[in-house]
Amino acid sequence: MSQELIKLVNIGKTYFLGEISVPVLKGISLEIGKGEYVALMGASGSGKSTLMNILGCLDRQTEGDYFFDGEEVGRISGDRRAKIRNKKIGFVFQSFNLLPRTSALDNVIMPLNYTAQGLSSSEARRRGIEALKQVGLGERIDHFPSQLSGGQQQRVAIARALINRPPVLFADEPTGNLDSKTSVEVMNMFSELNASGITVILVTHSTEIADCAKRTIMLKDGRIVDDPKRHAAEPKEA
Amino acid sequence: MRIVSTVLTSLKSLRRNPTRTLLTTLGIIIGIAAVITMMEIGNGSKSAIQTSLENMGANSIMVMPGSMMGPGGARQGAGAAVSLVPADADAIGEYCPSVALYSPVVRGGNVQVIFGNVNWVPSNMFGVAPAYFEIRNWDIEEGRLFTNEEVDTNARVCVVGTTIVKEVFNGMSPLDCELRIGDVTFTVIGVLKTKGANMMGSDEDDVVLTPWTTMRMRVTGLKTGTASNTSSTVSDSPGERFAVSGRALYPDQDNSITKDKLFYSRFTQLDQIIVTASNIEKNEQAVQEVSDLLRKRHNLGIEQDDDFTVRNSAEFMSMLNQTSTLMTNLLLGVALISLVVGGVGIMNIMLVSVTERTREIGLRMAVGARSRDILRQFLIESVVLCISGGIMGILLGHGMSLMIATVLGWPIEASPQAIVAAVIVSATVGILFGFYPAWKASRLDPIEALRYE
Repeated sequence: MSQELIKLVNIGKTYFLGEISVPVLKGISLEIGKGEYVALMGASGSGKSTLMNILGCLDRQTEGDYFFDGEEVGRISGDRRAKIRNKKIGFVFQSFNLLPRTSALDNVIMPLNYTAQGLSSSEARRRGIEALKQVGLGERIDHFPSQLSGGQQQRVAIARALINRPPVLFADEPTGNLDSKTSVEVMNMFSELNASGITVILVTHSTEIADCAKRTIMLKDGRIVDDPKRHAAEPKEA
Repeated sequence: MRIVSTVLTSLKSLRRNPTRTLLTTLGIIIGIAAVITMMEIGNGSKSAIQTSLENMGANSIMVMPGSMMGPGGARQGAGAAVSLVPADADAIGEYCPSVALYSPVVRGGNVQVIFGNVNWVPSNMFGVAPAYFEIRNWDIEEGRLFTNEEVDTNARVCVVGTTIVKEVFNGMSPLDCELRIGDVTFTVIGVLKTKGANMMGSDEDDVVLTPWTTMRMRVTGLKTGTASNTSSTVSDSPGERFAVSGRALYPDQDNSITKDKLFYSRFTQLDQIIVTASNIEKNEQAVQEVSDLLRKRHNLGIEQDDDFTVRNSAEFMSMLNQTSTLMTNLLLGVALISLVVGGVGIMNIMLVSVTERTREIGLRMAVGARSRDILRQFLIESVVLCISGGIMGILLGHGMSLMIATVLGWPIEASPQAIVAAVIVSATVGILFGFYPAWKASRLDPIEALRYE
């Protein structure tokens, strides 16, 4: 049985817009083990992005408990959550979110600025180059994002997400801004990373992309409507 | 370590938009440049005023005899009494520790000088000691000054100002010429440097200076004094007590004087003693010491008024200094207002920058930046902006004052305090006006920020 990395118990999220309360997540319970490759699917408005934000420690649930790596993270301080995001979580966004007019290498090592143990700048550079090589951009370390193609930019973003060697990688529509060819490249990269032991959690609305994952969780109106893990008595082995 | 990397990050992000960075800091640059220029010009003119005042001898202290009550209660104004004697001057030199230099002064009055067929009445004719030239910062143009020996021997030598050279000697060198002062012939031994008009507008160069003993003994003679005004100098001999009016070419020998020194009559009075303190800060102290000493020497009781007047022109000088300080402060105030305006500009651009970089802030938060990391980043960014503006302002301001000095010939003086203050002020402006934008940035919700278009 795989070790549990993420455990959600009856998570609810309600937005309060003045007097109207808008429930977005309604009692989600979920377990994701180490090394899994999960796709969160659902139509827009199904709550998948909200769930992703809660999973990524960017947002807090309004009900229920969220255990990340055995620790309840919904109620800890913002600074501790920042530390968890820095050390244990990598993010890949739909729109890459690279710093403009900043070299690929500087983009990649940016998270190291916020890492508690200060790395020397040469050590940071070395790690940044290593991460860029890992995503196949070893010869483009000094290029600005504007000089890179969409696929290359997304790979720089993946290298940035991996710089602190986190156990889990979140990707929010990672191929949303890419053409089909580069999408395949990026998805292959996720598969490789997953094969190397990193837990990958994707948010997508495309079945094609979701098919790359080993487990697809379907969301609708803030509830899980389909999760293979619930059907199968035995949890999948990564 | 973290601070250094944050500063580097800030520099990088400022370099991403150099035009805007420059325009943003322009307010600070102009403000600081204005402060630096003001301070340098202000300091320059202050020390120029000080120097010219010192040249006029304005840092000197004048000791004059007091007023005198004549017969029938008619008071005759300051200087009328006969109360200062040469021994007072020597005692001031000896017993007042704050006094650096002193010189007796004997006024010649309106005495005619004659050279060949030219006559002239100099507006200033004084008998002095050599220290006088040092007190007045007066250098010799040609020839030499008279010496203490010449003072002690009533030597008939004199030093003249450039106006005398022009009017009496027709511009020729007067050295070794025989100049008649009143009835006495003097040898001209030196010409003084041109000083120009004094603060009251009278020509300082229209002057003849002789040893004070010669002036007193040979030219002016002794003034009449009354015994009541010279309580300390009451003499035993009736001949001295009731001094001869008019000329006294052969003063009586003082019984107390035994040294191998010029013998002055006890009634040899001085018109003035000019004194300088060892430095300008000790001026007040020197005035106090001189007053105390003279009261003691003149045997004045507690209830008695001073029989002398001590005038301290440092007051006049501090007034002038105050005026120029006031002007400098006023201009500085205006310059500080421009700094505040510059600071508002910084705040404005930092707010724009925070809005513009909302996604970057969201991203930084998503990869693990804490609120205080964001706060620090933007605060350091605005401080870096302001300090680099400040440094540019210092260079610009110094350059401007150098330019003013060369083009307009105004005196300037570099002011290290102003430079330190400029750096501190610009850093403070950076913190004050950068805080609100930085705080706003640190309060952003990462999810909102990442989604911001």
